[in-house]
Amino acid sequence: MKFVRRLVDSVKPNFEKGGKLEKLHPAFDALETFLFTPGITTEAGVHVRDAMDLKRTMMTVIISLIPTLLFGMWNTGFQHHLAYGMEADIMQNFLFGFWKVLPIIIVSYAVGLGVEFVFAIVKGHPISEGYLVTGLLIPLVLPVTIPLWMVGLSAIFCTLLGKEIFGGTGMNFMNPALLARIFLFFAFPAAMTGDIWTDLSPEAGHAIVDAYSGATSLMTFDANYTLLPSASDMFWGFEQGAIGETSVFACLIGAFILIYSGVGSWRIMLAVFAGAGLMGLLFNFLAPAGNPTHLMHTPAYYHWLMGGFAFGAVYMATDPVSAAQSETGKWIYGLLIGAFSVVLRVFNPAYPEGVMLSILLMNVFAPLIDHIVVELHIKKRLRRA
Amino acid sequence: MAKIISIHKGFDIKMKGAAEKTISSIPVSGVVAVKLSDFHNVVPKMLVEPGNEVLAGQALFFDKNRPDIRFSSPVSGIVNEIIKGEKRRITEVHILPDKSGISYIEFPKMDISSLSKEFIIKLLLESGCWTYIRQRPYSLIANPEDVPKGIFVSCFDTAPLAPSLGYMIGLERENFQSGLKVLQILAEGRLHVSLPANLEQNQSEHDFTGIPAENIRRFKGPHPSGNVGIQIHHIDPIQKSEKVWYVHPQDIIIIGRLFREGRYHAERLIALTGSCFVKPAYAKMISGQKLDSFLPGSLSKENCRLIQGNVLSGKTSHAADFLSYYENQLTAIPEGDKPEFLGWLQPGFNKLSLSRTYFSWLFPNRKYELDTNMHGEERAFVMTGQYDKVLPMNIYPVYLLKAILAKDIERMEALGIYEISEEDFALCEFVCTSKIAVQKIVAEGLELIRVEG
Repeated sequence: MKFVRRLVDSVKPNFEKGGKLEKLHPAFDALETFLFTPGITTEAGVHVRDAMDLKRTMMTVIISLIPTLLFGMWNTGFQHHLAYGMEADIMQNFLFGFWKVLPIIIVSYAVGLGVEFVFAIVKGHPISEGYLVTGLLIPLVLPVTIPLWMVGLSAIFCTLLGKEIFGGTGMNFMNPALLARIFLFFAFPAAMTGDIWTDLSPEAGHAIVDAYSGATSLMTFDANYTLLPSASDMFWGFEQGAIGETSVFACLIGAFILIYSGVGSWRIMLAVFAGAGLMGLLFNFLAPAGNPTHLMHTPAYYHWLMGGFAFGAVYMATDPVSAAQSETGKWIYGLLIGAFSVVLRVFNPAYPEGVMLSILLMNVFAPLIDHIVVELHIKKRLRRA
Repeated sequence: MAKIISIHKGFDIKMKGAAEKTISSIPVSGVVAVKLSDFHNVVPKMLVEPGNEVLAGQALFFDKNRPDIRFSSPVSGIVNEIIKGEKRRITEVHILPDKSGISYIEFPKMDISSLSKEFIIKLLLESGCWTYIRQRPYSLIANPEDVPKGIFVSCFDTAPLAPSLGYMIGLERENFQSGLKVLQILAEGRLHVSLPANLEQNQSEHDFTGIPAENIRRFKGPHPSGNVGIQIHHIDPIQKSEKVWYVHPQDIIIIGRLFREGRYHAERLIALTGSCFVKPAYAKMISGQKLDSFLPGSLSKENCRLIQGNVLSGKTSHAADFLSYYENQLTAIPEGDKPEFLGWLQPGFNKLSLSRTYFSWLFPNRKYELDTNMHGEERAFVMTGQYDKVLPMNIYPVYLLKAILAKDIERMEALGIYEISEEDFALCEFVCTSKIAVQKIVAEGLELIRVEG
């Protein structure tokens, strides 16, 4: 450690004011504070501080994403070998997925962090830690077959238009990772819809089995919900879909880590699930009796299991910057996300992934929700007087 | 038994270095000072000059804006120096105390129950003891012409390593009770006393005979439940243009001494706390005592921060400083100015956090040797709901802070600025992931509203 410290200290003067590389100070600062929690002390105000900072917060979110990432890698291999009718053990499945997913992650981080560094250097502000999470979220919501240049493009899009033009981490009003996904979804629909969810790179001596269909649970759902994979397959995640979204179980492990550590809002998660469940039940009640395959008949809890619902509820809706900020607002925000996802899924087959759209929609409405909550709070305070 | 009010939000910071219940008496230092920085918004007009002899209880200066409010010398001796700071503003008055012991101005000793409110105010003003009665909002010295909505006394302190007020009161029970009687007359029946749900040793509700039972309340819950501001909020919140007064038990004892002994006897019991003290304990000293008269040898480390008050709302101090006017506690903790390799990646078994992002949550009863490290850098506001977890008030802290930053006076009022003080928001600052200087923002907001509201 001392060696690293000496090294950092020896190059530090170059980046200080008046140094040769003064302009690159934000980049140096980011690396230095990455290696060493700085020795700055409290000045005015409190003399001791809670040990949690934004780096630790983001690290905790990344840890909570690991179950979905590992499962996603395994599932990538599993779906590939399934499509070719090949026998493969856990390790083979995982390694296949690992080598497919790793480049996507690397591109996402390299490009996104690159944009952040450039912005920080040009603007002269410190580099924030927000992208540490965004950079991993982006690969997890994309199909494994996505061309790497598209990953890079979406990373640029979300960092620039999702964050930096508003002032960086903490200032954005929409979830950057979802913005990246929706950008690809509308800009390159061919890469984001259809038969793209399983990696079908050729295997010598094997042909794709007849039973293979490239449909995700949501696509099957749109066609005929009674043909959906079993609830248990959808819960554990043995189905096709974006890399990290298929396993509800992995998302629940992540949810537990986020809630127990105090980083994620349990209110939002619970509200999103509740909103979808209630809306599902309402549809069940209103469903036309004469048409037994109408989507409104879908059992309400299926909405929790299909597609990226759980992933969105746990990791996307809870982004504290773009979510509602008041505690009451979080309930309303979450309930509406859940309810809208189900409405979109049932009534708008063109956009099967209703979760993504409804989270982004509610991101936009979150300030309004908070505004109403605060105004009501003020009214209540006045009445007390 | 008194009504129990439960406070659920908050956080007890468990630190090493609580004061042991032993008392050392510290002889009066070679110089004693009254510091203007201890009072908000006081413009001093001197009544003495360097070289003048003064007695304990003799006025040194008064407040130009409120000439009735006078500040007395805690000791007898010779006025040595009047220190001036920027723009020739008076910052400290130094007195060389008599070596032979303190001589006091003698005030009449009287049976309190026979006194009128007017007479009490007059005696308090004359002796300088009025300065111990402060008002919310703004934490200023109270205005004797105001009729407060109530007078509040918190008889327990929940701040980190705080002194046991039950212990303090127990040592001078009679003086405390006399002081309370004085306040009762001032409050005209609106004196509110708060006790902890689990009474401290030596504490009993019988100390408060004469105060109607409905005005004695017991508070249960973590810090900041002992803050008088939090208690006022739960008992009778302050509205616009309302004023309440509050007095600290230690200051009530000094008021009690005035009426029982007939002197302004400004000796205070100070808890010396924190992991840097070799032997954290209580010490009796005079108000304005020079700190280096007893500090050398009592600190265990070189690189310590000395704080007047507790680690949440105290002020940074140093050995050459003097004991502050309203102080009950001194804290010394190590400075945390060393960088830590990958500090944010470590498991952190010894890192205190309200969250469970470090594994210290495995040891809920551990006491920490906290230092002054920031544990990270200031960032834009990201995490939500953190402040709400530690602020037991019907107030939306983030929105109030934003209103202050925007200097939007109407919105500050609507969101409850009159009910808050810096110390009530100290825990919000402690837990803030983005390391925002919350108390500074609150102070700016209160100052803005005091001047323009």
